[in-house]
Amino acid sequence: MTDAQGKGDKSARSQMLGAVRRALGRGPLDATAAAPLERRLADHPANLIPARTDRPAPAVLDLFVQMAEAVSTTVDRVADERAVPAAVSEYLARYNLPSDIVMSPDPVLDVFPWHERPLLSIHRGRSQGDDPVSLTPAFAGIAETGTLMLESGADRPTTLNFLPDTHIVVLFADQVVGPYEVAWNRLRAQQAAAGGGMPRTVNFVTGPSRTGDIEQKIQLGAHGPRRLHIVLVEGRSPAAGKESEGGIGPAADGPRP
Amino acid sequence: MQSTSHAFKDNAQRALHDPRLQRAMENLRHGFQERRRVAAAALPEFEQLRDIARDIKNHTLANLDWYLERYEEKVLASGGHVHWCRTAAEARETILAICRSAGARTVTKGKSMIAEEIALNDFLEEKGIEPVETDLGEYIIQLRREPPSHIIAPAVHLNQDDVEDTFRRSHTDLPADRSLGEARELCDEARTILRSKFLAADVGITGANFLIAETGSSIIVTNEGNGDLTQTLPKVHVVLASLEKVVPTLEDVSTILRLLARSATGQEFSSYTTVSTGPRRPGDLDGPQEYHVVLLDNGRSAMLGTEFHEMLRCIRCSACMNHCPVYSAVGGHAYGWVYPGPMGAVLTPGLIGIDEAGHLPNASTFCGRCESVCPMKIPLPKMMRHWRERQVERGLGPAAARWGLGAWAFLASRPALYGLAAKLGAGVLGRLGRRKGRFAALPLAGGWTGVRDMPAPEGRTFRDQWAERNRR
Repeated sequence: MTDAQGKGDKSARSQMLGAVRRALGRGPLDATAAAPLERRLADHPANLIPARTDRPAPAVLDLFVQMAEAVSTTVDRVADERAVPAAVSEYLARYNLPSDIVMSPDPVLDVFPWHERPLLSIHRGRSQGDDPVSLTPAFAGIAETGTLMLESGADRPTTLNFLPDTHIVVLFADQVVGPYEVAWNRLRAQQAAAGGGMPRTVNFVTGPSRTGDIEQKIQLGAHGPRRLHIVLVEGRSPAAGKESEGGIGPAADGPRP
Repeated sequence: MQSTSHAFKDNAQRALHDPRLQRAMENLRHGFQERRRVAAAALPEFEQLRDIARDIKNHTLANLDWYLERYEEKVLASGGHVHWCRTAAEARETILAICRSAGARTVTKGKSMIAEEIALNDFLEEKGIEPVETDLGEYIIQLRREPPSHIIAPAVHLNQDDVEDTFRRSHTDLPADRSLGEARELCDEARTILRSKFLAADVGITGANFLIAETGSSIIVTNEGNGDLTQTLPKVHVVLASLEKVVPTLEDVSTILRLLARSATGQEFSSYTTVSTGPRRPGDLDGPQEYHVVLLDNGRSAMLGTEFHEMLRCIRCSACMNHCPVYSAVGGHAYGWVYPGPMGAVLTPGLIGIDEAGHLPNASTFCGRCESVCPMKIPLPKMMRHWRERQVERGLGPAAARWGLGAWAFLASRPALYGLAAKLGAGVLGRLGRRKGRFAALPLAGGWTGVRDMPAPEGRTFRDQWAERNRR
């Protein structure tokens, strides 16, 4: 930006804030008036959380699967991480899909015995736009609406979530939470532990890409994946030990930037 | 875009007699309303969440300056830029400067009503930059050089064969024998064409459904994934947002998101809700290198603190227009500017003036369905009434209505004279209409009798009967 633009910005800024304050009939808030607002941001209290997810953990997991399937996500539940490569290759075979997979570089995916399925051709990295199948981890599954929560990072490129025709997500049962609020608190805790704020991108994904723009007829695969498949691994995520559990309500996650 | 809101009556007449439009609008009547009803019924807390969402926005608007400053601080801390723009012209120039400094030739766009409001596409084209709409509906109407007719389903006024015609005309290298008779084939054709645009774009422009003060994040909600490809692949991401989009925390936005998709498309949650905070981080393999927020006022601060204040709670879900008998009869183009339906009838006069858009707040039966389905509980009919009052104050209404109201007010403030006039009128009309009991035509009442009969008065006036009843 040029200097002139910068100055223009500055006077536009003060004029816009001034116009807002005039309309509200007051000047800038003083420290006393701002204190409850500061507290609201620091404590980020949860509002009403629907009772839908208020059930024991196994039932929350079932709800997640049910809600995901209701939006055309397919879910394959497997007993442990050793079963994942087989589940992936069987899924690809079932739908007659290519076995070329672009996979997140995330080491969390190294726990699966991929060598047992030598026909899977795997490379790690981002998607350039012509990959038929991607495979990624997720940050959480949200049972309330069958939603996946995927965060970006050096090991987790966002393009894998959108460019390939088929997106496969490996999710551990202990990553499935009830409402969004629990997932936010887990994310805050993870990020604070890593010394950072929000990831660059957090994608909430609920089913494959879709459009109703032609006569409201729902078509899957508008621009993003035509198929979304979850391999749900019963048991604990390998990353579980590193994360602290976030509950509902104020998180003990220290200062944010 | 150039407004034709002043011509609403002619626009509406044409729309009512357009059989193709009427066929397309059938889809709306049967689709959105039923799906929203089912989705709201499936969440027992839906009504309570509406109250909470209203309170969240009221709280934010009452402290808007503070939340905007906090939001800006967080954007800057995450490596992004915030550009404050008072007017549409400032926003256009700011975006142009960003595009020029990126050396941009092609710009992809996620669906943004603010971009329509500031007529961004025409402007960029004039300056030699190719804007490409990537939402399927927006892409179709961009090819047709039409404005959107709905805020979330911009091509809802079109039928499938219109889309096929459009693609055959615009995609000139399409083989003539290529089948495009199915919605699936049309989608795939657009997907292929737009995929190459996504990969070639230098700048991606999206709107924002929300801005988060707590984190300095922007949120987009889509079903197609086009917004995500728009903002992830180019080296620059521009977020175009009006200043009332800010909400305090991730928890607050989670509450409002529970209402948005259900009210809009009747989905439990849209396919993609994406929270973006700043540009690519060190080590990231993808994502934009620059992240800019263009924060637009364009008339909003002037609505704050007025009788139209509550309109600033709007989250652009479209439930009001989906349930509006007027919108579903005439479609969105009749409204003549960017925002149609009840929310447009309130917002448009605020943004482009009541002189230009005076017909819109009158294009309502006041049935109240818009308010009853609004997730943010915005009293839309009340605000349309405020606009009508302003019109009357400024003498903007049609002459016949002004004279008629004047005459009625003169009589109504003189009870004896009013009683006499009513008695005379009822007597004369009663006698004239005795035989048929109704009038097919009446002088000065053509607007009424043009479409229905006027019943003839029977017997005495209400005031006479009331007085008699009280005597007994």
